Amino acid sequence: MEEAIKTAIPSSADGMSRIDGRAKVTGKAKYAAEYRPDGLAYGVLAGSTIAKGTVTAIDIARAEKAPGVLAVVTHFNSPKVPGHQKPKKPTKKAGPILVFNDNVIHYNGQPIAMVIADTYERALYAASLVKATYNKQAHDTKPPSDISMGIAPWGKDSVRGEADAWKNAPFKLEQEYVIPTEVHNPMELHAIIAKWDGADKLTVWDKTQGTQATRDDIAKAFNIPAANVQVIAKFVGGAFGSALQVWPHEIAAILGAKLVRRPVKLVLHRQDMFTSVGHRPYTWQKVGIGATADGKLVGITHEAVGQTSTYEDFAEGPINVSKGLYACPNVTTRYKLLSLNIGTPTWMRGPGEATGAFALESALDELSYQVKIDPVQLRLINYAKVDPENGKPYSSKYLDEAYKMGADQIGWENRRQEAGAVKKDGWLVGYGMGGGMFGAYRDSATVKAVMRADGTLLLQTAVTDIGPGTGTAMVLIAADIMGLPADKIKFEMGDSSLPNAPMQGGSATTATVGGAVYDACTELKQKFQKLIGNGGTDNPDYAKILSDKNLAGLDVTTQSSLGADAQNKYSMQAWSVHFTRVLVHPATGVVKIDKVVSVADSGKVISQKTARSQLIGGAIGGIGMALMEDAIIDHRYGRYVNNNFADYHVPVNADIPQMEALFVNKPDSHINAMGAKGMAEISLIGMAAAVANAVFNATGKRVRDLPITPDKLI
Amino acid sequence: MKQFQYVKASSNAGVITAISKPGTKIIAGGTNLVDLMKRGVTAPDRLVDITHLPLKSINITGKGLHIGALALNSVVAENALVVEKHPLLAMALKAGASPQLRNMATVGGNMMQRTRCTYFYDTAMPCNKRAPGTGCGAIGGINRMHAIFGTSSKCIAVHPSDMCVALAALDATVIIAGPKGQRTLQFTEFHRLPGEHPELDNHLATGEMILSVEIPDNNFAKNSYYLKVRDRQSYAFALVSVAAALDIQNGVIRGARLAMGGVAHKPWRLFEVEKSLIGKKPTEENFAQAAQLAMQGAKAYEYNAFKLKLAPATIAEALKHASGLV
Repeated sequence: MEEAIKTAIPSSADGMSRIDGRAKVTGKAKYAAEYRPDGLAYGVLAGSTIAKGTVTAIDIARAEKAPGVLAVVTHFNSPKVPGHQKPKKPTKKAGPILVFNDNVIHYNGQPIAMVIADTYERALYAASLVKATYNKQAHDTKPPSDISMGIAPWGKDSVRGEADAWKNAPFKLEQEYVIPTEVHNPMELHAIIAKWDGADKLTVWDKTQGTQATRDDIAKAFNIPAANVQVIAKFVGGAFGSALQVWPHEIAAILGAKLVRRPVKLVLHRQDMFTSVGHRPYTWQKVGIGATADGKLVGITHEAVGQTSTYEDFAEGPINVSKGLYACPNVTTRYKLLSLNIGTPTWMRGPGEATGAFALESALDELSYQVKIDPVQLRLINYAKVDPENGKPYSSKYLDEAYKMGADQIGWENRRQEAGAVKKDGWLVGYGMGGGMFGAYRDSATVKAVMRADGTLLLQTAVTDIGPGTGTAMVLIAADIMGLPADKIKFEMGDSSLPNAPMQGGSATTATVGGAVYDACTELKQKFQKLIGNGGTDNPDYAKILSDKNLAGLDVTTQSSLGADAQNKYSMQAWSVHFTRVLVHPATGVVKIDKVVSVADSGKVISQKTARSQLIGGAIGGIGMALMEDAIIDHRYGRYVNNNFADYHVPVNADIPQMEALFVNKPDSHINAMGAKGMAEISLIGMAAAVANAVFNATGKRVRDLPITPDKLI
Repeated sequence: MKQFQYVKASSNAGVITAISKPGTKIIAGGTNLVDLMKRGVTAPDRLVDITHLPLKSINITGKGLHIGALALNSVVAENALVVEKHPLLAMALKAGASPQLRNMATVGGNMMQRTRCTYFYDTAMPCNKRAPGTGCGAIGGINRMHAIFGTSSKCIAVHPSDMCVALAALDATVIIAGPKGQRTLQFTEFHRLPGEHPELDNHLATGEMILSVEIPDNNFAKNSYYLKVRDRQSYAFALVSVAAALDIQNGVIRGARLAMGGVAHKPWRLFEVEKSLIGKKPTEENFAQAAQLAMQGAKAYEYNAFKLKLAPATIAEALKHASGLV
């Protein structure tokens, strides 16, 4: 295994740029909405303007007569989607929105009509002419404010050791923490082009994190063989979890294309991104935490209530961090969902854990001031050497090294334990830190590796790259095994017709698909070595061997294993810690992030450049969570009011200082042959607390309801 | 969006004739109008493109600094005359929007931009400014960004511009052409308060267009500052902004100009506060006192009460910067 790790890590190519970087910045990269099949028509959705009730009538007469309109689809006239069947047994909740299927309105902005026209502008105009009348019912969009609200999706509380033991500790605190609804808001809007190639044959260009899962869901909905559906997602302009499932607009476009017998393109508007493709749920949390005078944790009780929709449950794990991050003998967790008239939430980068880490890592910081122990030291005192939940050894954990690297780099020694003690040029200066963890998953994937006559290697698999640089990392893995320069390797992906790969999600792609690339390349190389006999050579001349043996090419298709044994034996986690230095203006409450050091312990780093980008990107997402992001609903109407990029703030360049991304970069010898774990989620997890803790250190003001806007600090 | 006619006018007179017809709007940079059209907030039948008219010049005239209505925000912000004579205007411009928007936006368009009140933008919501008589969504709604001065029971929207706050402070005048010829308006009189007619943002009459603005010479170049407090460091509208200009001689304030943004339906000039500073020394105490005076008549709503505290703090801070105390 050690041997394998050494070979798998390319050294010369550490600084390699993205293989698709040039295509992306020159506009050559084609995203879902950019294809132009002949006869393309344009769909625009009209949404409900009430949050609960039924549609009694929809006047489409004016829209139908508008110039260029090909069809106006509503639940009154929509052809049935064959796979859209109501569950036979009545369940408590209706299940996912079946678009144009019935007259029930579950949330404000729910699609009620689609106009298809020969140009986008005409479709947009005609959609504005669609007028619905409703039988309005009283809605509820108000978020949870305590644990008594909501229903526990997993039944009972989870109790390790003694319940609520923190209450008996000499040093203790109990506080409430709130994160508002956040929206993924990738720069690329959700978009689909659907083109029927026959009665039961379909090509779809789609923004998706999984071409094959999308293919299967579409095939099921339209009751056609999965083999007849091709889903193409060559480039994805960010997704962060919002494209892990098939949403109503995708079904609508496919339905519309069938109806008008033309390919249909449907691009969501920015305001639809708030209602129709999921979000990070508003979550209320309460943490009780107690410690002895020497900082040993006695107990943690972590309660959380997240919002979900009235028609579908979405549950995640905000309380997981409290179970796993520290060696604490007594941990009680309680999680509930509150059903509201909103669209169903979904996974958003660092799902659950990012929410939970804000609460836990803030509480730990508050505790550090009580017990008067440095926050880093407090974490080291409670360092978990084995998984506290099940006693399993970690497959690898160097979080203590990450703490040290981060503390050294930020200049932690300059931090003063008392809050509000440091001033510079009229600004208050504060230091903060916060960390997190996320399960290091590994799935199975299939890769086809083809050595072609000219000595170039083609790798094929259906996986998508939503931005982390998957293709780049895969090429680096292959380059090292095959002994080929990166420019002789082509990685083909983003097409459901390619060999099987799971969705890009849960930080599992590098570990999963990377493992398959590793296996396929290793096997292919062995094939060549066998061909030349005598044990072969370390660096075969592939083109020459093929030519000598009169072969047009040589290929292998390999399915990587799940590695279930190792996954059972070890607790596999990736770890992060973020350090920040912030400046707060005492009079105006303006917060400036002055320096960020993020450290990842995610096994061996495959691609230095893209890993750095990913860690920085996640940390910036955490800055947004800490200081800006807040999707606001006017509860009188149950409708989002800041559903655009001018009013829903994410950080811009001016908000971001020099970001430092550090890696422990030690292989996990159990997860896969490369020793690499994913790092998408951990890049964000813990960052919001690192900022909030620094703001407290600067000002003495503890903000427990995000975002930390200037008005909360004056 | 509704299909519309697009015409290019070849002269000011042509523009005036065109916009005298109902349903016609001028388009210059289009940074606001196109958004409004896409969202269905406004649906003109006809757009008159004026971008090729000779209204871009920035030069000295007998009345001060003349800035053409079509001068780009980015060009004005970097113009040597502006930077030298009225750095406050350059600072305000650079605090506005984003570089990309400033490269398209014109001075006249900046003055004509509509409020960013989210109820105004969402056609499913009530808004007296967009659809008179439908009510104000912001009163009793999400009004964190809204006005604390000069509001009415019909509207509590704010004017979003930074540039206009500086021009209001600098005693600028607006040169307007219309069917009856040219006229001049004090910049502070250009925009209006909502009153009973929030659908009207300003005092331009039908058929009138902005030709230019003029800033009289002053002694403020040395001691001026534009401070914008916002939720992020760029591309965010002001929670509160302050344009502060002082004429300090021998350690005593001889003249002062102050205007606020993000607090009213128009740039909010603080004449009383200016007067109170005359003859005073530029000290932190004097500035804090003056700032409190600015808050007379302020009225907060559910989510914007913080502005009652933030506004005076920002005034005092801007004055400190202007006078060199910071």
